[in-house]
Amino acid sequence: MTGASTSLRLSPTLAFSTVVLTMFALIALVSLVALPQDPFDFITDEPLMPPAVGMWLGSDYLGRDVLSRLMDGTRITLFMALTATLLAHLIGDTLGLLAATRGGFVDTVLSRIVDIVLALPKIIVGLVVVAALGSSVWVIIGIASVVYAAGVFRIARALGNDLKEMDYIKLARSRGEGMGWILFGEMLPHVVRPLATDFAIRASFAILFMSSLSFVGLGVQPPMADWGGMARENLGGLSTNPLAAVAPALAIALVSIALNLLVDALDGDARH
Amino acid sequence: MSTNILTVDDLRIATTTGMPVLDGISLRVCRGEVLALIGASGSGKTTLALAALGHLRPGLRATGGSVRLDGVEMLTAPQPVLNRMRGRVASYIAQSAAAAFNPRMRLGDQVVESALLHRSQSAVQARARAQDLFGYLSLPNPDRIGTRFPYQVSGGQLQRFMIAMGLQEEPLLMVCDEPTSALDVTTQVEVMRLLKQAILDNDTAALFVSHDLAVVAQIATRIAVMCAGAIVEIGDTEQIINAPREDYTRELIAACQHLSLGALAQRPARLPASADATLSVKGVVAGYGKVSNGKPSIATLHGVDLEVRKREIVAVIGESGSGKTTLARVIAGLHAPASGAVTMSGETLAGLDAQRTAAQRRRIQLAVQMADTALNPKHRLRRILGRVLAFFHGIKGAAAEARMLELLAMVSLPPHYLDRYPTEISGGEKQRINLARALAAEPEILICDEITSALDTIVAGQIIALVKRLRDELGLTIIFISHDLATVASIADRVTVLRHGRVVEAGESAEVLSAPKDPYTRLLVASVPELRQGWLEDAAAMRATLATELETSRPGAA
Repeated sequence: MTGASTSLRLSPTLAFSTVVLTMFALIALVSLVALPQDPFDFITDEPLMPPAVGMWLGSDYLGRDVLSRLMDGTRITLFMALTATLLAHLIGDTLGLLAATRGGFVDTVLSRIVDIVLALPKIIVGLVVVAALGSSVWVIIGIASVVYAAGVFRIARALGNDLKEMDYIKLARSRGEGMGWILFGEMLPHVVRPLATDFAIRASFAILFMSSLSFVGLGVQPPMADWGGMARENLGGLSTNPLAAVAPALAIALVSIALNLLVDALDGDARH
Repeated sequence: MSTNILTVDDLRIATTTGMPVLDGISLRVCRGEVLALIGASGSGKTTLALAALGHLRPGLRATGGSVRLDGVEMLTAPQPVLNRMRGRVASYIAQSAAAAFNPRMRLGDQVVESALLHRSQSAVQARARAQDLFGYLSLPNPDRIGTRFPYQVSGGQLQRFMIAMGLQEEPLLMVCDEPTSALDVTTQVEVMRLLKQAILDNDTAALFVSHDLAVVAQIATRIAVMCAGAIVEIGDTEQIINAPREDYTRELIAACQHLSLGALAQRPARLPASADATLSVKGVVAGYGKVSNGKPSIATLHGVDLEVRKREIVAVIGESGSGKTTLARVIAGLHAPASGAVTMSGETLAGLDAQRTAAQRRRIQLAVQMADTALNPKHRLRRILGRVLAFFHGIKGAAAEARMLELLAMVSLPPHYLDRYPTEISGGEKQRINLARALAAEPEILICDEITSALDTIVAGQIIALVKRLRDELGLTIIFISHDLATVASIADRVTVLRHGRVVEAGESAEVLSAPKDPYTRLLVASVPELRQGWLEDAAAMRATLATELETSRPGAA
């Protein structure tokens, strides 16, 4: 074995994505400690003011500091997206591998449920659930994790189907091993890499999904700041302070692109 | 003979990381000559054969020397030149025909493809030539069989299509890479005979790669014995077989003779087996699809009986499709039989292992053919062995460590192997670990399903010796499943012959293999290659009479 450390070469895409993602992670951390201004305070009387000294991205439609809200929103958006993706993987991976290994009735029931979830448009599901339960950070995380668990399930099940034909799995079963060992002891080491790739790409989808929910007004509720919500709030001010809407949109685009490039770099690396 | 077709001079090939694979090889092949390259896996014989076609596998590069085929330097030839040469000047016959053909293209089209690409024959000429070849290679309905797809013909027929493909453009050199290794013994004889005849009739030269000296002895005019990237000895077939000069060649010949029917005579008397059966299989019917009236819709076993006594090695022999692996899986509890019973020491075992008790599962252990897929490549050997110890015996920590070292010693592997991954050990070593894992459970019955089939002769011989020693030292009862009669002859006390899911003959191995009663068993025995020149012709003649006898004696048998 030549080891993973030597095989991971620093390509330009990998460098770009790492720098961007590290930067946003740092912003999220810094926002916990200190922000340039209070993100909820009406700093100026002039709404949608262009950038000025002390307010580097200008003010939003209520006169709050856009930069501070963007930084605060980074933490909220990334926390929600990553938590939702993590939950989606915990549910999807376990059930997917279980369905592959068990087969039969368990597989049929789980697969049909997943078909149904995948057949429903995500945003509509979000609208209905939020209408029924009201909107909170955890409701939105819950919706996103269930919706994305279905896609994860499909991938984990396909990986599991390949693995279960391996003699070492069959021998483990003939020994009488329980599901816990077969899924997490025998199978998991083989599927970590493809699932990690999936995690990165799905996290970018989750950011987009949650931003879309916020954009139509069903996501994180004011006065909390998240990227999608900020883009919607300040849409009317595109002519006076375009940055108030464009900066959060740009942040969404940057993180999504960086995550996709990271996946490409990791995936291309795995193929060598 | 003055017409040199292939000249290899001081050829050196190394991996891109600098490890030498071929170390200064020089040889010549003339028209009408068949040069066999023989050696254990990893000796570089396939690398040398492929270099003759100007091909190096990824990760390899030539570091010196030259390969001249029909006057062209193959190592430095540009791709278009190589494309023109391949198929026309030199053709390649691969080991696995099933993997070599495109499953979505008709066979006839694939056979003529390179002739049409090279524009060396018109479409009409090419088809006529292909039809001639199909007839020549005794394929049924030569004028129509070309319209079939690869999955519509048998393995032996597919290998013949590959030979036809190799002969289509009348090349000067045929490179045959283990062309009969993947075939059943009875099929192998026929393909070997046709291949030999084709080489002689076409007056081509051939490079014949094989690990089986007995096969090589039938076809080759000269033999080059290879070991660790160098030629140990090269000479006429006669001389290599009868008067080898090097120790390594003698070792190869000894391994080959050990694994032959002749080994029956030299076997020491076996341990007295107890009279009562440890395991008995009664009227087992098994297969696939819906079960009705105790019969599955596709049956692979039709009422099979098997008796195994304590401390005995019982072999189950059969060709592919005979149901021998299904039988192993039924006994191990991996495949539920539709009807019939498996009993162990008087207890009737449930069909599936999930319904068997932990003690029953522990007492029967299975070692499978493909050591690659039998060991989880992501687990160190410590974890592979340790898991079985913890699972069946609850042994952990220092006690487990000590037991694992004992197990490694039992299968003759050094202690530091515990920290290795399966990808870091050789095929033979994997098979040893495979056995060690089975032994970790402390079984009474060990089922060995084709455990030597994927290994070369010398390593297979070592594994056979190990299995025998384990029986003697641990008092194991062993069910040894194999398609290879020679291997079976050297190890089994009793033999059961399976054909199309039915037992055709069973008894003491000395009796069954030296004086077989059933015509099918006689055909099997007659098909085992012997290490003497001229055997192939004798076997082919004997086969013809046995085949007709088999037809008449078993009406209705497919």
